Amino acid sequence: MAVLLLMTGCAAVTLDKDLNLTPEMFAQRQMQTRRFDTTDEQKILKTCAALLQDTGFTIDESEAKLGILIASKERDATDAAQWAVFIVGSFFGVAIPPDKDQIMKAFVTTRPVGGSGSQVAVRVVFERIVFDTEHRLKKIEPLNDPKMYQSFFEKLSKALFLEAHDI
Amino acid sequence: MTSDRRTRNLLLLPLFLLVTACATTQDHLLDMNTSQVQLRNIQSRAFDTTDKEKTMRAIIATLQDLGFMLDRADYTLGVVTASKARADTMQMQVYASLRVTVTVRPRGEKQLLVRASAEYQRSPVTDAKPYQNFFNSLEKAMFLEAHQVD
Repeated sequence: MAVLLLMTGCAAVTLDKDLNLTPEMFAQRQMQTRRFDTTDEQKILKTCAALLQDTGFTIDESEAKLGILIASKERDATDAAQWAVFIVGSFFGVAIPPDKDQIMKAFVTTRPVGGSGSQVAVRVVFERIVFDTEHRLKKIEPLNDPKMYQSFFEKLSKALFLEAHDI
Repeated sequence: MTSDRRTRNLLLLPLFLLVTACATTQDHLLDMNTSQVQLRNIQSRAFDTTDKEKTMRAIIATLQDLGFMLDRADYTLGVVTASKARADTMQMQVYASLRVTVTVRPRGEKQLLVRASAEYQRSPVTDAKPYQNFFNSLEKAMFLEAHQVD
């Protein structure tokens, strides 16, 4: 019970830990970054914009000079398993409203790397905001499935006709 | 005489309350609680470079490393705003958000001044430690030392 009370007050972001770099953050960076053999950063950025559009994202903000793209999309977040839990839970009076809608966000950066900028590093970060059936905020979380990132970079290399290298 | 004064004081009381209310609103609008100079020092660092583009890219990369989502960036103005919000009601993690605006401008002939101002849970961050942490992270991306500004 005491543990539960303690956990209730636990803020998901704190000033103590969220401005410090941790080894986990470097692991994330590795998963979210690929390098391409080109000097044309703007071409990569344009291709990223087209790819985001292809995958249903809307571009919210961009600054080509700094190699930035931010995009988002709203999608259904219904999960059959959660509905099953909800229905079973309702019988016992402990129903947790299932997920309903979600906003997915993508944050892409590009930057020249390697000797005399012979390569361009592309990093993408995905996160999502989930609301339940009663339109209450349920979750804001980074999407950490390596498959999503792999798939994004596979599509990007196809569009660029370039091979993606791990960093 | 005493009674007169008391009456006057009583009459003044609502006025005082009114003044207090106004001051609070103004405090929030202009956040005058901490000394502005002191706060500016806590929030600023000078870097020995004049490369604005590289500095802004390092700031953005640092924020991305720290798990922030960019809200806007403007090269001409030298402004970057990003936020990090997380919540997980299933894991009993209460919604919390941290917003940061970072500005870059020239300081003399040979330096750039980087200033960060953060907002956490609808309040300005006035402690030195969080800014120290941010600049420590930024130093690594800049490969340059961050100098304290007086």
